Amino acid sequence: MDDPRQWPLFEVFVRARGGLDHKHVGSLHATDARMAIEHARDLYTRRQEGVSIWIVRSSNITASDPGEAESLFEPARDKVYRHPTFYDIPDEVKTL
Amino acid sequence: MSGTAATESDALFRYALRLGDSSLVLAQRLGEWVGHAPALEEDLGLANVALDLLGQARLLLTYAGEIEGKGRSEDDLAFLREHREYVNAILVEQPNGDFAQTIVRQVLIDAFQLELYERMQNSSDERLASIAAKSVKEIRYHLRYSGSWLVRLGDGTAESHARTQAALQRLWPYTVELFAEDDLDRLMTAQGVAPSLTDVRTAWAARVDELLSEATLQRPVDRPYGWYGKRGEHSEHLGYILAEMQHMQRTYPGARW
Repeated sequence: MDDPRQWPLFEVFVRARGGLDHKHVGSLHATDARMAIEHARDLYTRRQEGVSIWIVRSSNITASDPGEAESLFEPARDKVYRHPTFYDIPDEVKTL
Repeated sequence: MSGTAATESDALFRYALRLGDSSLVLAQRLGEWVGHAPALEEDLGLANVALDLLGQARLLLTYAGEIEGKGRSEDDLAFLREHREYVNAILVEQPNGDFAQTIVRQVLIDAFQLELYERMQNSSDERLASIAAKSVKEIRYHLRYSGSWLVRLGDGTAESHARTQAALQRLWPYTVELFAEDDLDRLMTAQGVAPSLTDVRTAWAARVDELLSEATLQRPVDRPYGWYGKRGEHSEHLGYILAEMQHMQRTYPGARW
């Protein structure tokens, strides 16, 4: 449960440059979303790390259960054919 | 150098000092919160504002030293002047008090600096115009930060409201100085170096009134006030600030690291 004496926790996502994805960079405490944006600006973009910030209340994130990791992720392990490693790449293609 | 030119550069020197000193003293005040703010996040927030102000002070004091032409650097001006030679507004040297007092002081000065520097971007003095253009981006954020806290505290709990209103009553009288034009202000305005303080005041009052009403705070009554930091007349607080800030350079003159 949230401790009522503590400010709620927010997760911070920062986009480094236009065209890139927002990446999770950490979390912080704030009373509301506006304060969270200001704190994120001061904490996570002080060295020019970003051009855009997303804030999400940590309690709004639904995470997968680590206990279920086996059933969720193990079945993909023996399906190597899903990796695109069986194609012959023409020499002319430089950046793939 | 002709007499007029000497007077003109002396006036510009004193004006640049006024701007720079206010930023420097406020930066020093805000720096006192480092390690003591109510939350780690606020610690960094206040330190960020302080560092912006320190950066502005460096530009302004460096420029003042160049205008004066006696070889004084930003450090000489910051660390080797007595309190009577400091010409910052008295508002910025007022103690941090509780968090509400720090926030109220910050809102009042942020709104002033924002209106001042927005106009000073068109200054006839190119150097001040460029310093203003750089500063105005920083100050817009400062006011966003302090203004959102003012609303949060004023429109918060009964206790936060009472403390914020009390801080406003305490600090409001010092705002008179910001807009009280003296000969130097009038000269700077006449030369197109600085905007008219009357214009700045009108815009400042509108901005502050809007924030106060959102924060459900009462604007205190204006009272006559005749004590001017910008003439070197300070409250008892400045001496202590300078003692702490200057102590290293006074004890070990010329020390570097």
